[in-house]
Amino acid sequence: MEWNALELSLDLAFWTCAILLPLAVLLGRALAWNRFRGKALVEALVAVPLVLPPTVLGYYLLLSFGKTSPLGRFYEALTGHGLVFTFDGLLVASIIFNLPFAVQPMQRAFEAVPMNVREAAWCSGLSHWLTFWRIELPLAWTGILSALVLTFAHTLGEFGVVLMVGGNIPSETRTLSIAIYDRVQMFDYGSAGVMSALLLVLSVIAITFVYVLGNRRRHRHA
Amino acid sequence: MMRKALLTMTMLFPLFWGTGGYADDVPVIAAASDLSYVLVKVSDRFARETGKQLRLSFGSSGNLKRLVEQGAPFEIFMSADEDYVFQLADRGLTIDRGQVYGLGRLVLFAPEGSVLANSPNLEMMPELMVTGEVRKFAIANPRHAPYGRAAREALMNVNLWEKIENSLVFGENAGQAALFAVSGSTQGAIIPHSLALNPSISAKGSFRLIDDTLHSPLRQRMVLLKHAGATARQFYDYLQTVAIRKMMHNYGFTAPGEM
Repeated sequence: MEWNALELSLDLAFWTCAILLPLAVLLGRALAWNRFRGKALVEALVAVPLVLPPTVLGYYLLLSFGKTSPLGRFYEALTGHGLVFTFDGLLVASIIFNLPFAVQPMQRAFEAVPMNVREAAWCSGLSHWLTFWRIELPLAWTGILSALVLTFAHTLGEFGVVLMVGGNIPSETRTLSIAIYDRVQMFDYGSAGVMSALLLVLSVIAITFVYVLGNRRRHRHA
Repeated sequence: MMRKALLTMTMLFPLFWGTGGYADDVPVIAAASDLSYVLVKVSDRFARETGKQLRLSFGSSGNLKRLVEQGAPFEIFMSADEDYVFQLADRGLTIDRGQVYGLGRLVLFAPEGSVLANSPNLEMMPELMVTGEVRKFAIANPRHAPYGRAAREALMNVNLWEKIENSLVFGENAGQAALFAVSGSTQGAIIPHSLALNPSISAKGSFRLIDDTLHSPLRQRMVLLKHAGATARQFYDYLQTVAIRKMMHNYGFTAPGEM
């Protein structure tokens, strides 16, 4: 068991969720209630990491993180080191890769909030902010929580992108899923088995939780 | 409810933050995967004798070289092919042109129950290929793994390459090629001697050394990279002591002096 790999995976999953939460709430809400030109394209861009091979994303990230790219140079000027092979680089990759997992359930949740309920709130003199806080969030929170749990679990399971932009560096970019790959290649089936079992259990718990939330929501609407 | 969830998250926050990472000088050593067995033992011994820890990262030499070029924070690079070291040296990414730490040998490995298991040797292979008894055969990817390239040369020199080409599966590195054969997924593999000596592999089949005149020598070279710190330098010297050279020899590397 590599504890620092577990810790790294949990760190990565936590920060991915923390950064995606406000982003995805805004984006999911906007996509749920607004119709605008190019909406389908925005939705497609959000969904594309679902079908894109991790190597494609890894390749583009490697290019855009590099020392010759504007993003790479900007980041290096800011922090003194590059984005590739760092935790920060993994985090950027993880945020992009998890966009559909965070945004889509939230969009569905906001879509399920009836328009007339919001209108009633406005007529009662609630500001947009208060309507959001008192009416929309309480109605949509199961979807938002599902999205966060899915994102958390999916980050723990990320492999391809992490391998390509992370470089398998212990306590910096060697996440749990990479550590398993590493151990298997070193013929250390003992550690690989323990870590695999842990990931399996965590994933089953997370997905069960998402289904429990989903069933609850359906029940309420029925 | 929502607020409670947020609160829980903010409470977990300090738990995850700032506990990771090494503040001290714990260098990352990038090593060819044929070292994955012996180097763990050497670094344990180093830790016992000096109290200093190392972080090991294994991969194919070609991939590790690419990582160094892209700025990975490695302090020592132990390559299975000295050309990669020279290429890095020419680009000014190393401290010097490094040291040869051993000469790698290839073995033909056959898992238990394979037709090759009783007497694994290359000369028997054409017959077995024709009768279809060897369906899949593993080597490391010749494009970026030195042992894969040496395996291809050896297969070409015994006129087997063209016959076997369609049955080949390529491991990402020498370790994965070994894994394919050990799991019984392929009927045989050409892997580093140093890996075949790992009990988890040798217990799963039999192997025989391949004549080293069949391929160009696998001169394994290590080098200190530009950012090497004190611990990395100490380990680099440690690797060249008589005791460790002897240990490397016992784990499948011909010592540089015997070349």
